[in-house]
Amino acid sequence: MDSAILSLLGAFLLSVIGLFVFIWSLRKGLLVENPRAASVIFARGELGRVDDPALKATAQAAMQAAAREPGDAPHAPDPGEVAQRIAADRSTAVPVFMFIALACLWLLLGSLAGLTASLKLHMPDWLVHEAWQTFGRMRTLHLTAIFYGWITNASLAIILWLLPRLLRTTLAGTWWVLLGGVLINMAVASALFAIASGWTDGMEYLEMPWQIGIFLVAGLACIIGPVLYTLANRQVESLYVTIWYHVAALLWITLLFIVAKLPGVHFGVQQATTNWWYGHNVLGLWFTPVGVGAIYYFLPKIIARPIRSYNLSILGFWTLAFFYAQVGGHHLVGGPIPGWLVTLSIVQSMMMIIPVAAFAINMSGTLWGRMHLARWSPTLRFMLFGGLMYVLASLQGSFEALRAINQVTHFTHFTVAHAHLGAYGFVTMVLFGAIYFMLPRILQWEWPYPRLISLQFWLAAGGILIYFISLTLGGWRQGQAMLDASRPFMESVTLTVPYLQWRSVGGALMLSSHLIFVGHVLAMLLRLGPQRTGAALFAQPRGLELTRGE
Amino acid sequence: MENEGKLLAGALVTLGLATAALVVLPYIQVRDIQPPEDLKPYTSAELRGRSVYVANGCMYCHSQQPRDRNFGPDAERGWGRASVPADYVYDRPHQLGSMRTGPDLFNIGVRQPSKDWQLGHLYQPRAYVPGSIMPSYPYLFEVKDSAETGDEVIRLPPGFGPPGKVVVALPEALDLVKYLQALKHDYPVLPAEPQVVAGPAP
Repeated sequence: MDSAILSLLGAFLLSVIGLFVFIWSLRKGLLVENPRAASVIFARGELGRVDDPALKATAQAAMQAAAREPGDAPHAPDPGEVAQRIAADRSTAVPVFMFIALACLWLLLGSLAGLTASLKLHMPDWLVHEAWQTFGRMRTLHLTAIFYGWITNASLAIILWLLPRLLRTTLAGTWWVLLGGVLINMAVASALFAIASGWTDGMEYLEMPWQIGIFLVAGLACIIGPVLYTLANRQVESLYVTIWYHVAALLWITLLFIVAKLPGVHFGVQQATTNWWYGHNVLGLWFTPVGVGAIYYFLPKIIARPIRSYNLSILGFWTLAFFYAQVGGHHLVGGPIPGWLVTLSIVQSMMMIIPVAAFAINMSGTLWGRMHLARWSPTLRFMLFGGLMYVLASLQGSFEALRAINQVTHFTHFTVAHAHLGAYGFVTMVLFGAIYFMLPRILQWEWPYPRLISLQFWLAAGGILIYFISLTLGGWRQGQAMLDASRPFMESVTLTVPYLQWRSVGGALMLSSHLIFVGHVLAMLLRLGPQRTGAALFAQPRGLELTRGE
Repeated sequence: MENEGKLLAGALVTLGLATAALVVLPYIQVRDIQPPEDLKPYTSAELRGRSVYVANGCMYCHSQQPRDRNFGPDAERGWGRASVPADYVYDRPHQLGSMRTGPDLFNIGVRQPSKDWQLGHLYQPRAYVPGSIMPSYPYLFEVKDSAETGDEVIRLPPGFGPPGKVVVALPEALDLVKYLQALKHDYPVLPAEPQVVAGPAP
């Protein structure tokens, strides 16, 4: 049949299905707003009380004053529900702290490897005498340490910390979770040694040898069990949207990894499509839902106002789940794979605008009139930056999938810049913000030097912006040079060198921000810093929670 | 939304659909592909060389997938005809790559068959390509005072070798070069399946 007729038929069918979905959603009342479900993150009477544990009590009071709206009456949160939340936090403190501590370790190692790899691209005769130091391995060490070490550990910390809070219960199976954490981190450490010594499965994002991957999967399974058990034994009626994102993400990453790693099944171009199905889904179905879910909790919690539209957030979830899972083929545009697959992925890449728009509209609606609170709250600043970068990176990604643009950007540093905008500008910044929020609650100690939080933010934000802008420009020019047959290939190499040097400058700023961050965590752990109410509050955490309007 | 069953089922269904489209269907489509007559399986030396290629991450800068003429001047650059799935039947793991920090290597064996050039270039790329940013690989070689019997001494342009010594290729380097020389996909194939819209939309 003619392809025009086919696509007309497809469009017709799609519209009819869309109409039915619309009628069904009207009948189910999905178009009626549901403020109760959106407010489930607050205790009764807590709405309107700002919350940023990274702030001193005085700064918190100043932020509260700035957030006051006419007609606000002073009220106290329900002590029973606050006590419930304290119990939830207590039940997760140990495993969550373990994940954060290990995440910090991998963050330092991973970013050190990243900066080394970046420098090597414009200093090709530096550190060449040992095999483990060569660019191809250093780059992979960076990726593995950051993806499976830093982001995965920090994501698990956030998922586990929020789960009992949102379900108003305590975490079940703590020992299993701890075991899972140990297994996952053993896998990460072994994978790094394997890659450094040249033992790799040789596919991007999947370098970890599958024999080691078994430990990773076992570790994830040890965590999924308690998570599902806790979910089944919850004390709330309604599941907040964060739970949707986080529980689904946990299942997705496990299944993705298992399928992609099946030994002896995949080969040739089919392996390439599987590789990129995984490669994009690890971003789309693991990092993104964790990051978006975290923003959906922390942002409204800090500014003390429920998200604008609960239903819109659920629409965002389902469209993300459906569209994002199928975009991986756009990494092989122009490659030797079936044309229909590439086209499918390009279409779904454009469809990703829907969940991103749902998120953007919802967040701007929620923040409307409270944006100024970012001047007070460092955590909010990280969340705002991360949310904005999510929207930008996703929109950029949608358009990058189009053949006309992909033709230039494919195979260039442009793609690398895009990947870092997502994994750093969005995900890592959200993870930082979440850790700044969680750690005072976990360790029951204040951040010793609040100014370092601001310093770290500006170094990290400045670093990623320098990184992104220089590499985007350089990558685009590299792509144009490669497409021009009259210019020798070497021109596309030499013209990128100044941009690669700027990338190293950005990377150095990011690494220095990580040193400050990890140093700050260590200082907090060692109970350093100016004497505060801290010691007293360690003895009476409950008192603090109540006076802080937790 | 209050039902965790819906959450779990929905999450699995959406992922299942994607897996069907991006993993299972391609598997079915290429499962029975026959290797072209002129494509020989790798010899054991070439396979060893391939594993050196994989272990050192050559793929992160070199693609192995020349694109069609209306997608870019790959053919003009001597990278070869657009590749087809049958070209890859012996490739485990695939090394299609996603970067062209350096040139495509799918036909490097056609373009640069010289063993001397390849060995010397691995030892010091800038001896052959001024301005190259490819790392040098001294750890694939050994510097000796004098060559022994059976040593593969590499010939470098003047000024690039260690003075008064000889550079001998280790077996890894020799295998790697054998693999690179075997990267020849210049045999004719049936035209690839029509790419839906190859090139930018009109």
